Parts: sequence; C-alpha cells; structure tokens
Amino acid sequence: MPEMLSLSNDPILFLSVMVAKILVVFIVVVLIVAYATYAERKIIGRMQTRLGPTMTGPLGLLQPIADGLKLFFKEDIIPAQSSKFAFILAPMMILVPAFITVAVIPFGDFITVGGYLVPLHITDLNVGILYILAMAGLGVYGIVLAGWASNNKYSLIGGIRSAAQMVSYELAAGLSMIAVFMLSETLSLRGIVDAQAGSVLNWYIFSQPLAFCLFVITSLAEINRTPFDLPEAETELVSGFCTEYSSMKYALFFMAEYANMIVVSAITATLFLGGPAGPFAGPINLLLKIFFFMFLFIWIRATFPRVRYDQLMFMGWKVFLPLALLNIVITGAVIVF
Amino acid sequence: MAKKETMTINMGPQHPSTHGVLQLVLELDGETVVNAVPHVGFLHRGVEKLAENRSYHRALPLTDRLDYLAPMSNNLGYVLAVEKLLGITDQIPERAKVVRVMMAEITRIKSHLVWLATHALDIGAMTVFLYCFREREAIMDMYEKLSGARMTSNYFRVGGLSLDLPEGFENDVLEFIDAMPGHLNTYEGLLTGNKIWQKRTIGVAKISAEDAIDIGLTGPALRASGVDWDLRRDNPYSGYEDYDFKVITRDGCDTFDRYTARLDEMRESCKIIRQALDKLQPGPILADEPSVCLPAKKDVVNSIEGLIHQFKIITEGFKPEEGEIYQGVEAPKGELGYYMVSDGTANPFRMKVRPPSFVNLQALPQMIEGSMIADVVAAIGTLDIVLGEIDR
Repeated sequence: MPEMLSLSNDPILFLSVMVAKILVVFIVVVLIVAYATYAERKIIGRMQTRLGPTMTGPLGLLQPIADGLKLFFKEDIIPAQSSKFAFILAPMMILVPAFITVAVIPFGDFITVGGYLVPLHITDLNVGILYILAMAGLGVYGIVLAGWASNNKYSLIGGIRSAAQMVSYELAAGLSMIAVFMLSETLSLRGIVDAQAGSVLNWYIFSQPLAFCLFVITSLAEINRTPFDLPEAETELVSGFCTEYSSMKYALFFMAEYANMIVVSAITATLFLGGPAGPFAGPINLLLKIFFFMFLFIWIRATFPRVRYDQLMFMGWKVFLPLALLNIVITGAVIVF
Repeated sequence: MAKKETMTINMGPQHPSTHGVLQLVLELDGETVVNAVPHVGFLHRGVEKLAENRSYHRALPLTDRLDYLAPMSNNLGYVLAVEKLLGITDQIPERAKVVRVMMAEITRIKSHLVWLATHALDIGAMTVFLYCFREREAIMDMYEKLSGARMTSNYFRVGGLSLDLPEGFENDVLEFIDAMPGHLNTYEGLLTGNKIWQKRTIGVAKISAEDAIDIGLTGPALRASGVDWDLRRDNPYSGYEDYDFKVITRDGCDTFDRYTARLDEMRESCKIIRQALDKLQPGPILADEPSVCLPAKKDVVNSIEGLIHQFKIITEGFKPEEGEIYQGVEAPKGELGYYMVSDGTANPFRMKVRPPSFVNLQALPQMIEGSMIADVVAAIGTLDIVLGEIDR
C-alpha cells in the first residue's frame, strides 16, 4: 500500500501535482462554460425548430470563441453615475466564488504518482458543505452590488430580487442538504461520496428522493435559471442587474451563470448520485452526471414560463422550507428508530 | 410610521416587452405598481391626415400600416367604408366577398399567433414564441403568393379584389387549416395545463364587464369579460351572416380567459375559412361599376377605351357624393372603425380611424394598478396592442 502524497513526504512533487490538478480542473470548467453556451443554443434551438449557431466553424463549433472575442473587443462602458469601485468589483464577486466552489468536489478516487497515492480532488475540507454554502452566499453580493452600483432602476430591482430570492432559497437548499449529511455523518464531500460507495442503491437519491427534488429546484432558483430567472427577467427588467454592463464585465456575468450551473450540477451529483462512482473512470462519470443536469436545466428553460416574484417567495418560504424541515424530521426519526 | 417613498420608472418607449414604442411611467412601491400612466404618440405618422391628400384608391395602402400584424383586416374595413360611401355595397361580387372573409379570418389567425407568441415570451415561455412564428410563416407565404407582399398586402380594392386567387391557393389554405388545430393543441400542451402559466395568468389584470363596456373595450378582451358582442354576428358585413360560427365568450375577466378565448377564436376562424373554401365559386372579382373599378388588364392593353378608362381612374379617382358614414369591422384586436367624410371631391375630406388597440389600451392602468411589475407585461400582452394602430 503506497503512502498518501503530502507536503511532508515530497513537497516538490506535492506542490506540482496540486498545481497540475488546479490547472486541469480550471481549464475543464472554463471549457465546459464556453461550450455550455454553445450546447444551450444548439439544444434550445433544436427544441424550438431552429438550428442554433451554424456559421462559425464546422457546426458552429467556434461560436463560443467568436462570442468571447466579440465581447472582449467591445467598448467597456462604466456609467458616469455609477459607483465605480463596486461596479468593477461586482462581476468578479460573482465569478470567483463560482469557480472556487469546484475545489471541494471529488472527481475520482486515487491515482498513483511517483509511488504515492494522490486523491482526485483539489482539497477535502472537513466542512465541505459549509464551504459550498458560504461560497454560494458570497455570490449574492456580486449580483446585489452590480444592481446597486449601476445606478439604474432596472438593475436595482434586479439586484433586490436576487438578494431576496437567493437568501430564501439558500435556506431550503441548505436544509435539504442537512438530511444528506445526517445519513453520511460527515460534512466532507469525500466522506459523502465514500458513504454512497458500493452499489447504485446506496446513492442518496434513493434514500433521500424528497431532498434531491428540493435541492435541484432550489438550486435552479439560486443560480437564477428559468423558471426562476427573475433577477434578469428580460421582458420585465430589460436585463436586470447586468443591464449596464458591457464588454468583458458582461462576459464575466455570463460565464458566472454557466459556471454556477456546472457547480450546482456537480454538487447535486456528489450529494445524491455518488459523485464519481459509475461504470467509467471517475472524472468521466462525474462529467456525465454534470452534463445530465445541465441538459435538464436547458430543457427546463425551453419549457417553462417565469414565476412571479411573490409566487417565488411564497414557494420558497411556505412550500420548500417546510418540506425540507419535514424531510429532516423524517430522516432523523428513521435514523433514531 | 416611516415615510413611504415610491420609485418612478420609465418603462419604454424602448423596452423589450412594450410591443413597440409604448411608454409607461410606473410608480412603484417595491415591486408593486401604485400608478401607471401610458404615453402614446412615438410612432405617429399622420396616417389620417395623409389620407386627406390622396384619392380613395391611393389611401388604401396607408391602412396596411395601421395594425401591421393584421393588414388585410384594415384593408377590409377601409374598402367596406368606401363602398358604403359610394353606395355600391350590394354590387360586390360573391367571389370577392368570400375571399375577403377568408383572408380576414386568416389574418385573424396571423394576428392572434403573434399575440400568443409575444404574450408567452413576455411571461417567459420562449418556445411557444418560435412555434407560433413557424405557423405565421406559412401565412406570410400565402400573403406573398396572393399579393406579392408579406406584411403590407394592400390586396383588397374598392369594389372587390386586386387580383384573383393564384393557382393552388385553395390547397395551401386547406393544408393550413387542417394542420392548425394540431398546432393549437401543441401550444395548449405547453401552456394551458402548466402550473406556472396558470399562476401567472389566472386572476391577473382583471377587468369587469361593466368597466370593459365603460372603457369601450372590444374584441377578445371584451368577450373574455363575459360580454357577448361580435360585429361579425351582430352587425354583419361582407356576408358574415352566411357563416356558421360561435362567438367565444368567457366569464373569468382575467388574462387566462383572454388567452383561452383567443385560442378558441383561432379554432372558430379555421371553421369559417373552411366554409369560405366551400362557398368559393369562380366568378368576377370586381364589381361592375366602371366609375370606381379599374378595367381588366386585357382591355387596357388591347383597346384605347380601356386605356383611357384606366387612366381616368388612376389620375382622377372617383368622387363619392357628399356625406359621411361609419363602418366597423371585427378586426383581430377589436372593433376597427372607419369614419369617412366626403365633400364630393376625389379625396376623402376626413378619414377617422377608430383603432381597437388605442381604446383597449385605456384599460391598462386600471388592470395593473396594485399588481406587480411582472403583471404589467402580462397585461400589455393580454391586451394585444399594436403601436402602429395606436399612434397612426
């Protein structure tokens, strides 16, 4: 049994493996973000009897790059009446938490590098779930700041909407997660994955179906996707909190939306679908699960109308929250008796 | 108690869901609308004034540009009004009348399709939008075959039609009305049973029957408030009395009922079109009224009399006797009325248009005060306004 690679037994190898892992994960996430935009346009296009992008490159495959370049060369406008510091800070505030959440997602078991075991995750925090919740909470600031700093009434309403929405849905999402770690008895994501190991039937989706449904729906609300895309409801608020943003700052918001989709899909896969477990190599299993959820989100976007603000609040506080609490009580009862 | 401050927000004239250049000044208390004032006039082109400087024939294309989503309904109202002014209403050949009804109903479907598309998009259902435009495209193709233009058809003429139906046109129409009920079911499948759609529309933007009558609402918006009033049945024109169709009414007075009412209206329109196709017999398409109608093309190119005849009508037009009339038609959006005054010259002395959208828009503040911002776009959508008609 080889030893676990750590800072003490081979610092140089440890650091280089760490940097390599971070780079690989980052690049993969950025690539998925880029091609998620392409996939969304293609899939929704097909669902809506359109073709989606076809002109840039074969099958329009270069479209994300063209989009990126276009946004990059656009004039970067900062409104004169805006609060400049917050205006520039906001897009970063929303993108960075989205990316660093990925750090705690385990994407495989162990591989051997130079005679040492290397775990396939960037870090394994013993409070992994708390970390995820904290980062999700941080993302709210980005949107609220963007809405407030733009000094535009539509942006402001978008920002207020998102603050209210994310805070109330984070509660229900957090509570539905509690049921999961009541079963796994650990907050570490690696621990939760291990607790689901063995057979498919050990996946928490089967023992916690209610928590799973709640988590998927509340995550949709947390990442502002249809039918909960109120903060940027185009037909009501023009573009909501990112109305005044242009150029790369807008691109950052755009990337953050898709990065958040990936993160939420990855968390759902980890918590309820056994993470990297499955027939193929670990990372591929995880990616497949992520793609499944992203397809689901895109599908929902093509199908549903948008809910109204008061109905959203009603659902969050009076439906999802009690259900999540009920789920915890039931889970607790089952564990004790 | 803290002082309550409201926020004033300009919605439009450039906003994705004001259906053109409508400006709404909203006074908001949080997300709730305290007060709403619509401002119109951004698309004013002076259509009514322009008509006063043109002969009756040449004023017809102006009407295409009123409700640009339903050009043939506008054409129909205008030609009927001028025919009434001339007193030649009973001389219109049967074929022309049937084609007019058929095209008016196809236009109704076309207009309702755009309404459904944009209404659903406003509420966030993107896919319905593209489905509706797919069907609308088929109608556009028909328009193109018939008149050469996809939007501004200018197809009807005072006294009849400009051209006969192109070959195979009946088949196109038949194919379309055969497929349409299936498409309508698809839309309903996406929306009617959808909980979110129901929550967004049921009980939203209510207007009672009394208020609707006081404001002067017409069309589906009035009928969804329970008032059984349809000019096609209650004041028939162009032979509508010979068709068998139901006037769709609802009692809910809300957005959802206006939605189902319009969908059912499209189904009824399909029935009317089918009856029109059955009635369609070969025959003349222009009234035998040489002082008003252009001669046939073969007469123009083959005889000097025909050429002079054409020349006279093109350059001079015709001169109705002094008088004034009003002609209303049931356009897709409500009662479209033309009030024409003739002073005995070749140009109308006055052409006053009663656009349904303009009158219906009056209901908007009443519908949305006290509701949320999201309901504002639902209310604008459900009223089915077109700014080209409101501002003229």
